[in-house]
Amino acid sequence: MEFNAIYVIVAREFKKFIRERSRLISTIARPLLWLFIVGAGMSRLVSPNTGVPYIQFIFPGILGMTILFSSIFSSISIIWDKEFGFMKEILVAPVSRFSIVIGKALSGTVISTIQAIIILALFPFIGFKLGIFQIIEVILICTALSFSISAFGIVLATFYESYESFSVIMNFIIMPMFFLSGAMYPVKLLPDILKLISKLNPLTYGIDAMKHVIFKFETGPMSPDFSYIIDVAVIIGTSIIFVIVAGKLFERKK
Amino acid sequence: MAIIKVEHLVKKFDNLSAVNNISFEVEEGTIFGFLGPNGAGKTTTINILCTLLSPTSGWTFIAGHDCMKEPAEVRKSIGIVFQDTTLDKDLTAYENLIFHAYLYNVPKNERQERVCDVLKFVDLFDRKDDLVKKFSGGMKRRLEVARGLIHRPRVLFLDEPTLGLDPQSRANLWEFIKELPGKHHVTIFMTTHYMEEAEVCDRIAIIDNGKIIAMGSPAELKMTVGGDIVYIRTTDNVKTKEEIKRLFGFDVSEKGEELYLTCVMGDTCIPEMIRTIGEGVLSVRLQRPTLNDVFLKLTGKAIREEEASEGDNVKEYVRAHRRRH
Repeated sequence: MEFNAIYVIVAREFKKFIRERSRLISTIARPLLWLFIVGAGMSRLVSPNTGVPYIQFIFPGILGMTILFSSIFSSISIIWDKEFGFMKEILVAPVSRFSIVIGKALSGTVISTIQAIIILALFPFIGFKLGIFQIIEVILICTALSFSISAFGIVLATFYESYESFSVIMNFIIMPMFFLSGAMYPVKLLPDILKLISKLNPLTYGIDAMKHVIFKFETGPMSPDFSYIIDVAVIIGTSIIFVIVAGKLFERKK
Repeated sequence: MAIIKVEHLVKKFDNLSAVNNISFEVEEGTIFGFLGPNGAGKTTTINILCTLLSPTSGWTFIAGHDCMKEPAEVRKSIGIVFQDTTLDKDLTAYENLIFHAYLYNVPKNERQERVCDVLKFVDLFDRKDDLVKKFSGGMKRRLEVARGLIHRPRVLFLDEPTLGLDPQSRANLWEFIKELPGKHHVTIFMTTHYMEEAEVCDRIAIIDNGKIIAMGSPAELKMTVGGDIVYIRTTDNVKTKEEIKRLFGFDVSEKGEELYLTCVMGDTCIPEMIRTIGEGVLSVRLQRPTLNDVFLKLTGKAIREEEASEGDNVKEYVRAHRRRH
């Protein structure tokens, strides 16, 4: 392991993240809009006797959304690096491709987790009472999920050479991933085909794990869809798989 | 000792040969130049040498390490300044260099010192905390050269280092590149399509259409053109022409009001001629052959003419090819 290289890749992304205020504001603003506008609006539509108020139900989903956007954006900055040449500086260095991928995935993890914590801090405003251990457990899930999604983002980034492809990624990958993750509605209520797609989506399990922690004793339709063990296993499993795949794709030479 | 060794290197993009069976060696501590029009295969060769591209066939060694089999060892021994800038514009000059120091595992207690040293060397120490996006083209290039030296490489690659720079920054950069082998114990491998710039090299390989068509020191290459050209204007050109032909055996031609001839040692030839011809001489000038003349003689075309034609096709092709991956 090349710790110096991994450290400096993360440090660079972190420094840039701190400097770009607008990026921080916009990634925080998106979940807020969904939570307080879509959430509040839909609350009127969803029957209150489902057990969990709708605005509370989507809270884990909104955390998942924050992580999804922030991790993917962070990882596809690789496309920027390719376009502006900086990637070459990294690629000609005596650093294994695997370390580069780990460094990039950890960058996304750090940045996403910070943003998820900011959103998580809103829990008292939507009527939650969470204990300190619940909060720590949610943060741990957020960290693991951020790593998995960041690694997935790197896999995506290896397929694109220019930033023109960004809207394709946005519309055909990020948005469907969000809508089919159990963030807005329980997976168990979906039609079969959508249920299947949701089950292939790693984000689903991250959000489900958070539901386990936040709605501990819920049994109604708004309850978690999978067992906690499966959720955790999928998050860890996908993290490993995506990192290996990304490493292999990076290794490729023309 | 040869620090770079290339044997029968071939690189094909589908059916297009970007590099077509080239072999050469570069001696340690020298400046070696790859000279040729755009698309001749210069950058492709560099990319193979610095392990970014794998060759179709052939062998390449840097400091005794095989570029294909030991890429990590090769990467440790080289520094590179690419054609297009590879700096992070949103970081400061200092941050860009410190990033490099970490990436190349420079020992902790030396990082700061080495970064500051190279910044001083390229005269950018005062600007170390400015964001790179505020830098001019010349400053960025100097910063990149500085960055390439932090990890004390044995070979520094410079791919068209002066491209897009104004004449003054260009001259400054060359002054500074010339000092590198002596001051930093580094071998320079550079490419350029500017003939004048190749003059700083100890040895030059002229490359065209993926093949090396001539190799040698600038002086040796210029000798192949046949020597200097002497222009003479006299009161009676016809008579002088006859006389030079009779006495010196040179073929004399006429161009406008001047006579001209080619001879190997123009500078010693002139006084002799003036002494013989006597009073009729109005003006004399001597033109040294340039590398441009060498290229012209070897390929039948000037180096710049190619820019928009074949060269660009290869570039376009390579780009299209990359995109598919």
